[in-house]
Amino acid sequence: MDKTRRRLISDVARTAGGVALCGLALSMYARKSASMPAQALRPPGAIGNKEFLSACVRCGLCVRGCPFDTLQLARLNDDVATGTPWFNAREIPCEMCEDIPCVAACPTGALDPTLTDIDDARMGTAVLVDQENCLNFLGLRCEVCYRVCPLIDAAITIEWQHNARSGKHSRLLPTVHADACTGCGKCEHACVLEESAIKVLPLRVARGTPNQHYRFGWEEKQQAGESLVPLDPEHRYNLPEGLDYDYEGEGLIRDNKPVTPFPANPLETLNQESTP
Amino acid sequence: MIQSTQHPGADTLAAKGWWLTYRWLILRRMSQFGFLGLFLLGPWADIWIVRGNLNASMTLDFLPLTDPYVLLQSLAARHSPELTAIIGALIIAAFYLLVGGRVYCSWVCPVNIVTDAAAWLRQRLGLTGGTRLSSNTRYWLFGATLLVSMVTGVIAWELINPVSMLHRGLIFGMSAGWIVILAIFLFDLLVSQRGWCGHLCPVGAFYSVLGNTSVLRVSAARREQCDKCMDCFQVCPEPQVLKTPLFGADKGAGPIILSPNCTNCGRCIDICTRDVFQFGTRFGCQTEQNLQLTKETQR
Repeated sequence: MDKTRRRLISDVARTAGGVALCGLALSMYARKSASMPAQALRPPGAIGNKEFLSACVRCGLCVRGCPFDTLQLARLNDDVATGTPWFNAREIPCEMCEDIPCVAACPTGALDPTLTDIDDARMGTAVLVDQENCLNFLGLRCEVCYRVCPLIDAAITIEWQHNARSGKHSRLLPTVHADACTGCGKCEHACVLEESAIKVLPLRVARGTPNQHYRFGWEEKQQAGESLVPLDPEHRYNLPEGLDYDYEGEGLIRDNKPVTPFPANPLETLNQESTP
Repeated sequence: MIQSTQHPGADTLAAKGWWLTYRWLILRRMSQFGFLGLFLLGPWADIWIVRGNLNASMTLDFLPLTDPYVLLQSLAARHSPELTAIIGALIIAAFYLLVGGRVYCSWVCPVNIVTDAAAWLRQRLGLTGGTRLSSNTRYWLFGATLLVSMVTGVIAWELINPVSMLHRGLIFGMSAGWIVILAIFLFDLLVSQRGWCGHLCPVGAFYSVLGNTSVLRVSAARREQCDKCMDCFQVCPEPQVLKTPLFGADKGAGPIILSPNCTNCGRCIDICTRDVFQFGTRFGCQTEQNLQLTKETQR
């Protein structure tokens, strides 16, 4: 009796110990699985990277919904959590279908069904990462990324700048605006360089976050319709005679003194009565 | 009459003929390949009856199906799924409550073909011994996957689940997933008899739990005809479920196999020359008292 009981206990302990070890290994693997390489992007509407792994059942219905072979399911040797959907923008970018079939196909809500306007998708944001090799930054005319952008003149604009190298030309600089960019990756896909100079990066990599208490005066002023700080008090400057100080024509209160103690007509000086 | 364990059912062929000897096995393989074929028809032949894979699918743009085990892990990871996934899981759960939880294992799961092949080869090569695992390990693992999902907030088992890896791999691309399947084959062949499906797989454990009270059951209805040739024990993937219903008559145990570990594969029906076994329901020809006793002795 004692023997069988000991055996039973040791059997249970053996099983429990083995399973606990497996569970520990699995949980360490699970924690690491949320990390993705920067070039791997989730489909439009994907909820936060960590939450995504709690919601996605790895069924591939989004992959089937996608008409462009953009999406693929991660295989065991990919650096993305096994079975979850992702795409590489340089290979096949998101074509931003208006009806967003990948989101419509998702049964679990891993792709947020409240995303109905594809322009609101945030798969990442384009960043012109290599200004040293971008042809436009070198002063040439390329602008392919700007031309292919589905949100041209909103997500990517062209900003003019003086070309200091030639001294007489302009540089037309493609400039990404993250508040409009969906991260579709058409720009990265189209970049003519061997390795794209503009890349879609996950927002967590690409963007900073301003401190919450920051307020920008020019924005606050526009919102309020007037300056929020009182106007500068009137200044008086005791400048030496004959000197004038001027700050953009403001801030200097002039007494009605002549600018120079010497009258315009030198005869007046000569005829001046001497002070007693 | 005890037969060679390397060739169970050698005399069944002579006694019953080819069809009756392999009937359920053939139907089962047809079912397994049929389900797989339905999923492959889309990507291979561009005929889209079913989209997705066993984890979740959409049939004819109308019928959503979801693996309730995956959804359970998702719930454990604190995600609130959309209604589509919940409805799909309920349909699947209702189906297996009717036909038996582990019907999933023997009639649908693609890994079963791999482990059956390993078990067959193991028998043919006369390989014995290996690691002795508790067949309850799978229930511990099942619990562990839910716990890890809860702690990490990730559907944990799906990161390494060989079942979905094989099924998804065949449909969406396999790549290194073959290594895992090969590992399972070699594990079952060399390390532990029926090791994966019979001892470790938490998916099977989940479907056992789900089908604990399921309706469709195999019954040793004519057990008095049994000549103790033990062929059924040789071919059964979960031989421990046979003992009480088959030999427990004098202890008052009923003939119906009520263990949730039975996969309803029907191999015992095929292999038996004395027609002991048959499919029936859990309610057939048993008194309540018998039912209770059977359950207790089979635990």
